[in-house]
Amino acid sequence: MSDSARFIGEEEKIDISSIAPIRNYSSRFLTFLSILCVVVLLASLSWVLWDVAKEGVNKLNWYNLTQIRYPAPGLEDGGFGHAIVGSLMVLSTAAVISFPFGILAAVYLSEFGRGTRLAYLVKFSCNVLTGVPAILCGLFAYAVVVRGSGFSAFSGGIATGVLMLPIVIRSTEEALLLVSPDMRLASVGLGSTRFQTTMRIVLPTAAPAIVTGLIVALARAAGEAAPLLFTSFNNNFWSTDLFGPVATLPVMTYFFAIIPFRPQQQLAWAGALVLLAMVLVASTISRFVVHKTKK
Amino acid sequence: MNPNSVSGAMQTQSPKPTSYVFQIENLSVYYGSNPAVKNVSLKVPARQITAFIGPSGCGKSTVLRCFNRTNDLIPGARVEGKLTYHGKDLYAADVDPVSVRRHIGMVFQKPNPFPKSIYDNVAYGPRVLGMKVDLDEVVETSLKRAALWDEVKDKLKESGQSLSGGQQQRLCIARALAVQPDVILMDEPCSALDPISTRRIEELMKELEQDYTIIIVTHNMQQASRVSDMTAFFSVELVGSNRVGELVEFDKTEVIFNNPSKEATRDYVEGRFG
Repeated sequence: MSDSARFIGEEEKIDISSIAPIRNYSSRFLTFLSILCVVVLLASLSWVLWDVAKEGVNKLNWYNLTQIRYPAPGLEDGGFGHAIVGSLMVLSTAAVISFPFGILAAVYLSEFGRGTRLAYLVKFSCNVLTGVPAILCGLFAYAVVVRGSGFSAFSGGIATGVLMLPIVIRSTEEALLLVSPDMRLASVGLGSTRFQTTMRIVLPTAAPAIVTGLIVALARAAGEAAPLLFTSFNNNFWSTDLFGPVATLPVMTYFFAIIPFRPQQQLAWAGALVLLAMVLVASTISRFVVHKTKK
Repeated sequence: MNPNSVSGAMQTQSPKPTSYVFQIENLSVYYGSNPAVKNVSLKVPARQITAFIGPSGCGKSTVLRCFNRTNDLIPGARVEGKLTYHGKDLYAADVDPVSVRRHIGMVFQKPNPFPKSIYDNVAYGPRVLGMKVDLDEVVETSLKRAALWDEVKDKLKESGQSLSGGQQQRLCIARALAVQPDVILMDEPCSALDPISTRRIEELMKELEQDYTIIIVTHNMQQASRVSDMTAFFSVELVGSNRVGELVEFDKTEVIFNNPSKEATRDYVEGRFG
């Protein structure tokens, strides 16, 4: 009030040509700094992509993608079609396990249990689980499933599912918390129960953000070799047995990258590229579907 | 509905017979251990518009939320005192808040249509309640009552969120009307709207008054004086370090604005305070 009154009342010279130089310089410097960070980030990302694409594309052909057994060490005749299928099997199992549990836990955290001791406990365990190294998830599945029934795609799915669970819970909870409380009140105000409100208003409203979170969790898990090393293990041959060992792309990449045969190393690159492409396609499709349903 | 006629206590000049939908006695609301509003007593007449005015933090919205028990949803909120709805204690143990809310609709400060089509927004209430009605008809009547039908009748399948702010707010009113409520609570329904949309909503309120009891919380005193029949003036008092809301005066709107009995009310409505 008093400032504007002064400006209107007095014939004061108002200098609008410049602000203190130090503010200008620091503003420009910080803008430059943030742009630099983006450039560094994008550069390293594209470097990785470029390297994988350059090396991987050599062996990326229909023959390798459709061959359903690995080539013998040092030889060329074989591919990794069965590893793609194995990866899909493991990831589907992981999704089937972690999505329902994770989403329901998040619904409890954000809708029904807010502020309760149980919710606190769930959140705390979730944070702890986020910090658990992937290989420990593998050990867990090894101890619980593999020791009883042997290596299997199923146990790999459990290890990966446990790995995904905290990501699913946290991203879903965040998505649900973004739904305005007014929306819930409006629904409840029309005489719907909290369950109806959750099912018909909150979850559909949060769906795009939830799906994005699920894909992020899946993408993160897709590239993990550690939880699979002693769960789904590896398989040189075609297998669709959920309860038997299967080959997977990350484990194949890991094994072939560390053996001294050129053909296998090239297959490892190609496997990495296929993995990247799968994640890219999955996230593109989900974005597209979410965008479509939003309209 | 069984409107309980209460005679004598407060005569209005309204030609309509006065019965009271809500009666509050010594109502206090606490958030945790701090009282948000204390010792409110008032009677809300049927088929009239009652306005709650007062400065921010005076508890008018808090009291409004007691009427449909949405305070129940806020962790730590506690209601003391007596609140009857058509003579029945609203906070009695055997009262199901979900069925209370079905009779007492609410419109919020910010228009908040669901991210669904216009049709589905209006049909939402009847659907969740499992009402055996012709949905098309309910949607049409509700939208007509909310003075929105002509603008949206050709695009019922479009998202409710694609409408303008004023249209969205009328959609929210139509949504509330679709479940055939008895009372409509409005929490600053026009504060996010431009003056033209505001006027439309006010006209609409005057029409709805014929069939519904309306309680409106507003910061806009002109609005209260334009639309309401009864006005309650709330103020806020500093008790220790807590701000506690209280009801200062409740009377017919023309009395509150022209000849209030309390000095604080006069200061507020004449703009000398707040």
